[in-house]
Amino acid sequence: MIRLLSVRLLQAILVMVAVTAIAFVMFRFVGDPVASMVREGATQAEKDAVRVALGLDKPVLAQFVNFLGQVVTGDLGTSYRYQQPVTSLLLSRLPATLELVIVATVLALSLGIPLGVLCALKPHAFFSRLTQSATLVGISMPTFVTGLLLILIFAVNLRWLPSSGRGDLVDIGLWQTGFLSLSGLKSLILPSITLALFQLTLIMRLVRSEMIDVLSSDYIRFAFARGLPRTYIYGQLALRNALMPVVTVTGLQIGQLIAFAIVTETVFQWPGMGLLFTNAVGYPDVPVLAAYLLFVGFLFVMINMIVDILYTFIDPRLRTR
Amino acid sequence: MTETTRPVLDIRKLRVEYPLANGNTLTAVKDLDLTIRPGEIHALVGESGAGKTTVGNALMGLLQAPGKIAAGSITIAGKEINLRTGRTEGIVPGRDVGAIFQDPMTSLNPLFTVESQLCEGMLTHLKLSSREAKARALELMKAVGIPEPERRLGSYPHQLSGGQRQRVVIATALACNPQLIVADEPTTALDVSVQAQILKLIRDLADERGVGVLLVTHNMGVVAEIADRVTIMQNGAVVESGSTREVLTAPKAPYARTLIAAVPPIDTRLDRLPVPSEETQVTLDARASVRRMSAKSETGSRDEVVLSVRDLAVEYGGRGLLRKASVFKAVRGVSFDVRRGEIFGLVGESGCGKTTVANTIAGLVTQSAGSIDFQGTALGGRREKSIRQSLQMVFQDPYSALNPRLRINAAIAEPILFYKLASNAVEARQDARTLLEAVGLPADAGARFAHAFSGGQRQRIAIARALGPRPSLLICDEPTSALDVSVQAQLLNLLKDLRDLAGLSMLFISHDLAVIRQMCDRVAVMKAGQIVELSDTETLFTAPKHEYTRELLRLAPSVERIMGRELASA
Repeated sequence: MIRLLSVRLLQAILVMVAVTAIAFVMFRFVGDPVASMVREGATQAEKDAVRVALGLDKPVLAQFVNFLGQVVTGDLGTSYRYQQPVTSLLLSRLPATLELVIVATVLALSLGIPLGVLCALKPHAFFSRLTQSATLVGISMPTFVTGLLLILIFAVNLRWLPSSGRGDLVDIGLWQTGFLSLSGLKSLILPSITLALFQLTLIMRLVRSEMIDVLSSDYIRFAFARGLPRTYIYGQLALRNALMPVVTVTGLQIGQLIAFAIVTETVFQWPGMGLLFTNAVGYPDVPVLAAYLLFVGFLFVMINMIVDILYTFIDPRLRTR
Repeated sequence: MTETTRPVLDIRKLRVEYPLANGNTLTAVKDLDLTIRPGEIHALVGESGAGKTTVGNALMGLLQAPGKIAAGSITIAGKEINLRTGRTEGIVPGRDVGAIFQDPMTSLNPLFTVESQLCEGMLTHLKLSSREAKARALELMKAVGIPEPERRLGSYPHQLSGGQRQRVVIATALACNPQLIVADEPTTALDVSVQAQILKLIRDLADERGVGVLLVTHNMGVVAEIADRVTIMQNGAVVESGSTREVLTAPKAPYARTLIAAVPPIDTRLDRLPVPSEETQVTLDARASVRRMSAKSETGSRDEVVLSVRDLAVEYGGRGLLRKASVFKAVRGVSFDVRRGEIFGLVGESGCGKTTVANTIAGLVTQSAGSIDFQGTALGGRREKSIRQSLQMVFQDPYSALNPRLRINAAIAEPILFYKLASNAVEARQDARTLLEAVGLPADAGARFAHAFSGGQRQRIAIARALGPRPSLLICDEPTSALDVSVQAQLLNLLKDLRDLAGLSMLFISHDLAVIRQMCDRVAVMKAGQIVELSDTETLFTAPKHEYTRELLRLAPSVERIMGRELASA
């Protein structure tokens, strides 16, 4: 167990160094940072001064080591556009995205798993067919259409829920949460449903097909032959086996959502990471882009590690080594 | 056993039907009568599709929809089944009827401990407290003879060997003191040595606890070993039923006679196995033309060594980027020769490395040491086209060996065209037709897809495909172990006939000693990656030298040996 963990950790570090290298190359070769930082019509001397101040006159390797050192200490440079440290910029946007994604994932799992099980147990029932077709529509509709429809119905026509923003926020240290105010919670509903819809369909279909597989396995037939109660066979013996791939997919989906919830965030004017990223691409705000790359890399490495560890908890076959 | 004992199972005129999509019904079991008394082991024998497993499922209430009991009665321990629900009032599967499945590798849930799987049933049916259940689980583990039972309770299925897992399955079946156990091919997936132990365990359970056992099997040796009575089924109907001795030594029904005759004997070598021959004039003509086709390779004398393997070693286990290499030595220092026109056998239990040897010779695995010399060429990782052409292989599972999207003609013609043995596709298809006829299939079979054929027919097709490139060595890896006995007998006869074509040599791999005895000229016995004994077949079977060979021979269940012994002692 400990060996597995340390091997995973070492691999994670290697991946992170590689990602850092890519981020560094981006920093150095995508456009000329100096040109975008100095005022228009600056003299060569002024430009050189900025260049030296940024450390861009040193050899490439020295710059990389320098960059690596900065990354490790949490210094991701200064945004060209906002002239603020990128780290604090990211941190200010992170809670918005994380809260949105967490709510969406909980929603998707708590609905997707039971629906998937139901569709697997009663594949020909009316309810199963209805769920299947409904989610098919859900998965085929682009996110922005879903989002706009929801806004139209619940915000514009019925006026039940806000159409944009995070509502009132409560500060908990550095973290600004929307969970603790009514308007914050209300604001979460529409965007999280929009974001969850695709995930829900994915999880439901995955659980359904896995469950169908597991139900035809010998050990489930053997469980029936032992006369065990149905609810126990389905809910315990079969479901646990069927959930293995769900863990992987959910993990990757969470990463995907945090990094690229851009469309939903744009539709709902959600002040999260996605908006920061889209703005950075348009500007081009290279330090923000590089930091974003690093952040996404870090996120996926962490998620993969957590998924692997979860796997060893669920599946004893992976524990023995 | 007295006549007054109430039978634990009494089946009268049972009829099981499956309504088909086209409105017809498939009758899986028709008019079956069967009685089992306490302590009796009743074997239900038949080939695949005979309906024997359906009987077991029906009495446990496990028939898969839309299958249903259409008529007749099943009485378990005096209680009769309700035909409408398919269940018996007062009889609970798991409590009153225990089940043992075929494959211990898949019948236990991989994510739960042995203890939890053993206790589940007791908690549900006997309403024991978890402490009582655990105590009983421990008793059961001891009863079925698992070493270190205390520790093994906390193990997961993957930490146990196949034999231990089957013992756990048996313990689970016994957990609630059932009066009847349905054992569906309980030893088919096990090695002979483990099989012998499990059979003894089942016999002891019947004798000591008075459990009635319905033993579903296709293996006559197993029947001879432990069954008191036997019922032979064909196409859902009983063809013969009686005491094991009567049925096995003097079968009356013609089908029973053929079935028993098709079992390859381990004690004598027959020229051909006595099954109805499929040799028509068409087959013979086709074989003659196959002989002409490969006439060019028929050079060299019969004693010439075709394949020479020296000190072969194969290691598995890769080197990860960060992981330390863990190496498994699958084959260690194996040497043997195969001569022209010879069938050379490799026999051993699962995991002994026999398939690895075959795969290495075929070029599917690369050896880590040693040499393979084939017709004067040393074989390594990369091979000449001509070498690959002369080495062909027939695999174990005919169901996965054929491409389901290719018509049979195309599947057989493909290698012929690849090795440019025919000048165009039309000629290659003509060759394919001849080959199909040579293996005893109608020439128009080629227009169909693999799914239209039975397992035995598919294996014939696989053989035809292997013969297409006109090989000089045919590697057969367990070619008949997925097939029924009568089909096996036909295929073994076919392979023998084909060997006579154009000096074809064969490397024949099997775990079944009886099959080896029927097929091979010389045999090597493998154990743990090494050859422990190599000699000509008759010597090996009549005067085995190595302890392990003697052990294998002693444990192999064999009808004539057991029946012969009983007849002698009577």
